[in-house]
Amino acid sequence: MCTRNRLVVLALLVAAAAVGPVEAAVRIVATTEDLGSLAREVGGDKVTVVSLARGYQDPHFVDPKPSFILEVSRADLLIVVGRELELGWLPPLLTSSRNARIQPGANGYLDASANVRILEIPTGQITRAMGDVHPQGNPHYWLDPANGRRIAQAIRDRLSGLTPADRAYFDQRFADFDKRLAAAEARWDARMAPFKGRKIVTYHRSWPNFMDRFGLNVIGYVEPRPGIPPTTAHTVELIGEMKRQGAKLIVMEPYFDLKTPQAIATQVGGQVLVLAPSVGGTKEATNYIELFEYNVDTVAAALERTTARVG
Amino acid sequence: MRTRDCATCRPLFLHVIVIVVTASLLVTPRIVSGQDGDPQALRQELDQLRTEFETLREEYEARLAALEARLVALRPGQAEPPQAPPQAVPAGGGQVFNPDMSVIANVEGAAGRNELTDQPSLSLSEVETALQAVVDPYARADFFLSATPEGLEVEEGYITFTTLPAGVLVKAGKMREQFGKVNTLHTHALPWTDLPLVSQNLVGGEEALADAGVSVSKLIPNGFMFLDALGEVYRGDSDTFSTSSRSRLQYIGRLRGYRDLTEGTNVDLGVSYANGPSAEISDFTKQLVGIDATFRYRPLRRAIYRQFVGRTELVWSRQDLPAGTSQGAFGFFSSGDYQFARRWFAGVRGDRSGRVLDGTLHDSGVSLALTFRPSEFSLFRGQYRHTRYAEGVTANEVLFQLNFSIGAHGAHPF
Repeated sequence: MCTRNRLVVLALLVAAAAVGPVEAAVRIVATTEDLGSLAREVGGDKVTVVSLARGYQDPHFVDPKPSFILEVSRADLLIVVGRELELGWLPPLLTSSRNARIQPGANGYLDASANVRILEIPTGQITRAMGDVHPQGNPHYWLDPANGRRIAQAIRDRLSGLTPADRAYFDQRFADFDKRLAAAEARWDARMAPFKGRKIVTYHRSWPNFMDRFGLNVIGYVEPRPGIPPTTAHTVELIGEMKRQGAKLIVMEPYFDLKTPQAIATQVGGQVLVLAPSVGGTKEATNYIELFEYNVDTVAAALERTTARVG
Repeated sequence: MRTRDCATCRPLFLHVIVIVVTASLLVTPRIVSGQDGDPQALRQELDQLRTEFETLREEYEARLAALEARLVALRPGQAEPPQAPPQAVPAGGGQVFNPDMSVIANVEGAAGRNELTDQPSLSLSEVETALQAVVDPYARADFFLSATPEGLEVEEGYITFTTLPAGVLVKAGKMREQFGKVNTLHTHALPWTDLPLVSQNLVGGEEALADAGVSVSKLIPNGFMFLDALGEVYRGDSDTFSTSSRSRLQYIGRLRGYRDLTEGTNVDLGVSYANGPSAEISDFTKQLVGIDATFRYRPLRRAIYRQFVGRTELVWSRQDLPAGTSQGAFGFFSSGDYQFARRWFAGVRGDRSGRVLDGTLHDSGVSLALTFRPSEFSLFRGQYRHTRYAEGVTANEVLFQLNFSIGAHGAHPF
């Protein structure tokens, strides 16, 4: 009896010793799956990552659920898209989180947009008559791999600041990601090269960085203005414009209604492509590199088909 | 190679600017002297030009940096891209610290007979001005100033300490009391044009229950759900609780639990307790107990098109009477609101409530509501309301609401 007790105690001690010395991982909360994926690339097993918005969800309209408050309350590092993308849902989470580490201005708050290339920064007077304009520029900037690299770099720097002992580890993880991303970029650029200047229509203004990077020319939007649902007059106008300019492809996000884009595609003899606006937007887009893998492949394949048909 | 080209073109740019500015410096004095020749004015002019020149130089440097960064970005496989241009929005001088400001107006209309209310056919029932900003690294502040036909009042004005240790959140000032769910919702976040009968009869009256006080809440860590325990102390100056004595205070206790059922469905449950000096019979205590439950369904892929919120609140009131006895009353409402298109919502609500001083007098009602939201910033609502009052009066009314806001984008209500 006594020996058995001793054995139990010994087993517990061994278990405690096995668990004990492991350094606590940095708890990262990312507002989107893209940022979450980049944080995983850089942080490896020195971090745990939770993403709030799902990739197939409209990132403008996320509910500030109390379950998110719990996640944010435990975070060591909060990574946000910024540029007012999370304006409707992040502020209440920050206020209710009771977590001083991740309040704006603190070390644990990282605005991923600080060092990236931002497009469509409005100039002059802006009003809501223009729809949901973002005064600080288009917040869908992660859809350019060059920006992804810059975000990863910012995450590396911040993690190195939070746990200086792991600096070399994060450096090495970043270098590895950078190498893989560069190789993939060369592949994507080659794949998209034949389609430079091809005309495309998108549903929302989610894709300027993607289209700019791969040299595609966005000639119109299904939404008459950002965030405003399609109207008949605008749709008719768009169909006319697409016919005039010979645009055949409509790129859209998985969270919008297919009906209008499909009707337009039928009218112009074109095709609707539902791309992944974020990691997790489709089941293929499992991480940041796969996100582009899927989108580039889908767009290139569709453009090849239209080229073949025209030819 | 291309970067080196750019490095050489930077001084060139600067040279051009220097030449242009110097030329303008040479020209300007003549114009100035043509005006009055005052050396003070000249100096000011020079200073202004110097500032302008500095701004220009900074602008060009920023643009060049951006160009350089683009060049680098264009070369794939660059192991370590230098810092990309920080495209920070230029801070707008003193205005950058101005609070987020928004104004929300509520226009209400009513048609049909109701002998027991004095709601006019049409009124601008409220203009709410919200001012919100971070105070310092430790706190934020929220002000809601409400202008109604009765006058101007501070509906809420409080500070929230967001960085306290031990996971505690403290608010102080005047605020809506956290009794139940409906009491905490501002007009524009309610799914109806009016408040349920139970709110009107037992909690708060025509207005929401709001008072000056302190609120402390703490998350209770557990592996199962979000659990928030809250305690509040108020002065006792509302339509429900009222005293002029400093030694009597009003208290609120609340426990709220929340859990995601799936990624698109969740339940929110709360138990609330209020205790304080009664507004009806001075120097006598009134107690309220409330249970609220909310079920939400919002499929994430279709979040902007479909949503259902089912809600119910039950409230028990106990009023101490001078005779040493007490009077109980009970009320509740249940409602369902369904979003059936991107901009359309339909709702139904059933109501029943006793009255604080006579629990046997029951008012009851049924409402149907239809809401059209052209954007996040405006809504039109029509509501049919059938009410049977304890006096034996029956009212059939059609209520209208037009709500719109300008200014800063507020948080989505949840």
